Amino acid sequence: MPKLKTQSLHKQESELAVANKQLEILSNGIFKSGELPTFKDKISETGQFPLQAKKLEILQINVGYMCNQVCEHCHVDAGPDRKEIMTRETMQQILDVIKTTGAHTLDLTGGAPEMNPNFRWFVEEASKIGVKDFIVRSNLTIIRANKKHYDLPEFFKKHNIHVVSSMPHWTRGKTDKQRGEGVFDMSIKALQELNAVGYGMPGSDLKLDLVYNPSGAFLPGDQMAMEKDFKKALLEDFSIQFHSLFAITNLPIARFLDYLIASENYEDYMYSLVEAYNPTAVQNVMCTNTLSVSWDGYLFDCDFNQMLELPVNSKSKHISEYKTELLEGRNIVISQHCYGCTAGAGSSCQGSVA
Amino acid sequence: MPKTYYDPADLRKFGKITEWSEELGNKFFDYYSKVFEEGALTAREKSLIALAVAHTEQCPYCIDAYTKDGLQRGVTKEEMMEAIHVGAAIKSGATLVHGVQMMNKVNKLDG
Repeated sequence: MPKLKTQSLHKQESELAVANKQLEILSNGIFKSGELPTFKDKISETGQFPLQAKKLEILQINVGYMCNQVCEHCHVDAGPDRKEIMTRETMQQILDVIKTTGAHTLDLTGGAPEMNPNFRWFVEEASKIGVKDFIVRSNLTIIRANKKHYDLPEFFKKHNIHVVSSMPHWTRGKTDKQRGEGVFDMSIKALQELNAVGYGMPGSDLKLDLVYNPSGAFLPGDQMAMEKDFKKALLEDFSIQFHSLFAITNLPIARFLDYLIASENYEDYMYSLVEAYNPTAVQNVMCTNTLSVSWDGYLFDCDFNQMLELPVNSKSKHISEYKTELLEGRNIVISQHCYGCTAGAGSSCQGSVA
Repeated sequence: MPKTYYDPADLRKFGKITEWSEELGNKFFDYYSKVFEEGALTAREKSLIALAVAHTEQCPYCIDAYTKDGLQRGVTKEEMMEAIHVGAAIKSGATLVHGVQMMNKVNKLDG
C-alpha cells in the first residue's frame, strides 16, 4: 500500500520533479525499443499528425501550484509547500487578453485557486467581462479548510461561477486513499453547502459538476454509467445532488508517474493507454481549442504540457505578447503522455470527448 | 520458452489467436464483445458475474482482466469479494449436492 504523500515531489527533491526526467522516461524504454508506438507514430497512422490548434474556445488559467491537499496522483505536484503563485500584474495581463479572444470559457485551476491572495479580485474583474462559462476548479475541502473561505459558496453564486470539483469515488476509503485522510468527509460537507445555496440542484443555473479520476493504475469506465452510480450513491447516502460527472484519465506525469513506477504498473498502464487509443478522440482533444496559462504567464497547449515545461510552438509564448494570429494553427507539442487524452472515450478537462 | 505455464504478458496477446484461425477467432471476439454490452443486465453487473466465474474457472488471466475491469467501473472491493463468495458457494454447493447421490447409493447398497 503506498503511503499518503505529505510533501510535493519538488519539496522531496525527487528526480521526477524535473520535467526533463519525466520526458526522458516517457520517451525511453518500451517506446524507444519499438515495443509500443510513439504518440507521433500512432496519430500519423490515421493521418492526424501534426495536431493543430483551431479557434481558441477555452482559456485555462493556472493561478498557482499551492494547495491545501497533497493528492497522490496530482499531475501538478501541488501542495502547501509550492510557492508558485500568479501575481496581480499577470492577472491584469490575462484580463486584457480575455476581452479580445472571444473564448467562451474561462477555466481557473491550480493548486487550489482560492489560495491565491488575488483570487477574489480576479474573479470579480473577470466576471465583469462576461464570458459564457466561468469555471473554478475547486477541491471542495478548501471551502471548509479555513473560516475565511466559508463564504465561498455565496461568493461563487454571486459571480455565477461554474464549480467543478474532484471526487474520486462515492466511498470514503477510495477517496481518502487518493486525496488524503479526512478529505471525503470535508468534501461531502462542502458539497452539501454548495447544494444549500442552489448549486447542482435539478434545473438550477448554478452549475456543479464533479470530476472522477481513477484512484489507481486503471482507466476510467464509461462516463454515463459512472455518473449514474455517483448520483445514486451521493443522493441516497448524503442527499447530495450535482449536474454532470466528468471522467478524466490520469496522465502518466508528475506524481501519478511516480506512483506508476513505484508500484511497478508503468508498463502495463502505458499498454492500456495505447491499446485503448481511439482516433475519434484525437479529433476532439482539448489542446486544439484550449490555451493553458501558467502562474507566471507563459502559454502552453494544455495544463499537462505546462507541468512538463513544454511551451507552445509559437512566437507568442507569454500572455503579455498574446497574438491570436500567431497561436491559431500552431502545431501542438506532443509526447507519450498524450495517449492519456485519446484512450477509450477520450479525456479532457471537460471529461470524455468521443 | 518461459519456465512457468502462465505469463501475465500473454493476456495482451489474446487477440493473436485470430492469426491461426481468423474466422473462428473473429466470431469468438464479436460474440464476446456483444455479450458484455449493456443489455437487460448492466455492463457493471456483467463484469461482476465475469469476476465470479473467473475465480470458479481459476483463470488467472480472467481474474486480472475482470479485477481491473471492475475497478474501472467503480466496483468496490467489498462487491468484488461478495461476488467471489457467490461463485465459491455455487462451487461448494455443487460438490455437496452430489452427497445426495452418495447417500442414495449407500442406501441402495447397504440400506
